[in-house]
Amino acid sequence: MTAQAELEREETETMTVREAIREALREELARDEDVYIMGEDVGAFGGVLEVTGDLYEEFGEERVRDTPIAEAGYVGAATGAAATGTRPVIELMFSDFIGVSMEQIMNQMAKMRYMFGGKTEIPVTVRATEGGGMGAASQHSGTVHAWISHFPGLKAVAPGTAAAAKGLTKAAIRSNDPVFVFENKMIYEQQGDVPTDEDYIVPIGEAAVEREGEDVTVVATQRLVGESLDVADRLAGDVSVEVIDPRSLYPLDTETIAESLRKTGRMVVADETPLSYGTHAEIITRAQEEAFFSLDAPIQRVGTPDTHMPFSTPLEQEVLPDGEGVENAIRRIT
Amino acid sequence: MEDYTLDTEDGRLEALRRMLTIREFDTKAGEYFADGEIPGFVHLYIGEEAVGVGTCAALEPDDYITSTHRGHGHCIAKGLDTKLMMAELFGKRSGYCNGKGGSMHIADVDAGMLGANGIVGAGPPLATGAALSIDYQDRDQVALAFLGDGAVAQGQVHEAVNMASTWDLPAIFLVENNKYGEATPVEKQHNVKQLSDTAQAYDIPGVTVDGMDVTAVTEAVEEARKRARAGDGPTMIEAETYRYNGHYEGDEQNYRDEEEVAQWKERDAIESFKERLLDRGELTEAEFGELQAEVEDEIADAVEYAQNSDLPEPEEAYEDMFSESVPEVEQFASRLRTDGGSSRGDSQ
Ligand SMILES: Cc1ncc(C[n+]2csc(CCOP(=O)(O)OP(=O)(O)O)c2C)c(N)n1
Ligand SMILES: [Mg+2]
Repeated sequence: MTAQAELEREETETMTVREAIREALREELARDEDVYIMGEDVGAFGGVLEVTGDLYEEFGEERVRDTPIAEAGYVGAATGAAATGTRPVIELMFSDFIGVSMEQIMNQMAKMRYMFGGKTEIPVTVRATEGGGMGAASQHSGTVHAWISHFPGLKAVAPGTAAAAKGLTKAAIRSNDPVFVFENKMIYEQQGDVPTDEDYIVPIGEAAVEREGEDVTVVATQRLVGESLDVADRLAGDVSVEVIDPRSLYPLDTETIAESLRKTGRMVVADETPLSYGTHAEIITRAQEEAFFSLDAPIQRVGTPDTHMPFSTPLEQEVLPDGEGVENAIRRIT
Repeated sequence: MEDYTLDTEDGRLEALRRMLTIREFDTKAGEYFADGEIPGFVHLYIGEEAVGVGTCAALEPDDYITSTHRGHGHCIAKGLDTKLMMAELFGKRSGYCNGKGGSMHIADVDAGMLGANGIVGAGPPLATGAALSIDYQDRDQVALAFLGDGAVAQGQVHEAVNMASTWDLPAIFLVENNKYGEATPVEKQHNVKQLSDTAQAYDIPGVTVDGMDVTAVTEAVEEARKRARAGDGPTMIEAETYRYNGHYEGDEQNYRDEEEVAQWKERDAIESFKERLLDRGELTEAEFGELQAEVEDEIADAVEYAQNSDLPEPEEAYEDMFSESVPEVEQFASRLRTDGGSSRGDSQ
């Protein structure tokens, strides 16, 4: 089903990605007493990303809990808490700080359920903000979702629209598995129609066709969803572009992508992770495994060219994948 | 790099100059950030000048420091060039990191400055590593890590201090307790009353000093340096201080009241040090005025240098990843920028 058709069935309200995530958090805190938020300055301060906002006033300091600056500690504590009956939602602030907490993520959170013979559930959600574009330099601009998607035992979602931001955040909190929600920091102010139904969720593992087209499929994530839609508008009449937001990176909705490729025969994958050994490679591999004989041209990828995010604006703009890169890629194969 | 210590009159005047330089540099950095000329984030050191300067006055020029996200003061205290610093803040090629790092990553390893750091708590392990090099090669240096009160909660800080103390490395851990980590007061982040108490866990000396008193800071660091050089291992020093500005520029600071800020400003480290030098007859008001004017000129020059410097060319983004270039970066780069030709792939 296209994203448009999905939304047409719902009552919606226009809001920003930031507000959509806050609504998701608010509804889930209200729905389930075992859900609580932890992170640095998520409480009275309202969060460095201004996502938690007024939730502290509404739910109090036990449920919107400030932590010391101790990512290894509180991500680990969240894992232990999740294993013992509560449902923590972590705000890790910049996704680069996953580095500080990686041990608990890869050896505990990801492995406990399997190692314990499936007898333990780890219902933990980790939210983190990714991406370049604001001159935050190499340690605050990373896009690291490929690491988490790569690691067995972790689920990863990465919304590109306000509706997906709400629906995926709620699905993550309701999931009985560890789910990482990767929010791109450049789209917090992006507006969109968001369903108001308190049970609206976007199931983890379902892609959305954001725009239908005939000539080429663009699989784009996060900020690049909007930029690819703009490219599709610009090229309309010349090239008919289908835009898919996978929304979930792991599990990945291979079928929706392959079905589109069978129709268009051409594909571009646009994602902000560095190109080597990453998200693009996985999406492309799966697409060609399913639809190789439909391919009319080599699949193209648009991503960060294996550098860190530099500080200075011209440098950052150079390496940051964008709509122009998507358009160039489309031009190469159409 | 010019040496200075608080033991001589010239050294004391130099220390005062550096404190003024930090304040002026950060005042301008705040202004140009507000104007949008400086991108990204800036965290200012205004109010904490005595800590950086008192510390570096006790170090030798070739000693190492690791810094934090709030690093401009450490850089100036260590003797870095304000022109190259300002150029880096402006994202210019002439800056310390060719525009790649910005405020949070200024570094000059040759000058013993191992980097400001965007990761809270990441400096101490690096300082332990520098101390390991020193020890390994029997060099006459020490390595000092600046870290915030908030950083003391980080696991890697514990690991770094434990290793340095177990191996008796010539390291010093200098905690800048400015009472907050972002918006959260120190009492909400730590159970200990005094952060220097944590030193007991490593069986190393832990002292707390008045971070608004440049002399008190310098004395503590001198003592720690002696101990480190004698092979007796690290010291933890907690300097109690206060940042006058928000955590970052743009912070509304709804977590603290103006009265608290005003109380700390009454104990301003630059004011009190100046008064002391006036009392001792080492400085006159006229000389202070001249010093202040010189500092303002230096920073105005730094701003002008930064503004007149070139931005990097976009292609420079692909430089500096490795000691030798790798084909991946170039291939990906050329493909990003082109819309046809050879990058179509070979199956066309
Ligand atoms: C690992 C990590 N976690 C969180 C942050 C976000 N952050 C930046 S500065 C800061 C507060 C640091 O407090 P403190 O160590 O006391 O230094 P101060 O800012 O007071 O100088 C935080 C939480 C970060 N940069 N790195
Ligand atoms: Mg602090």
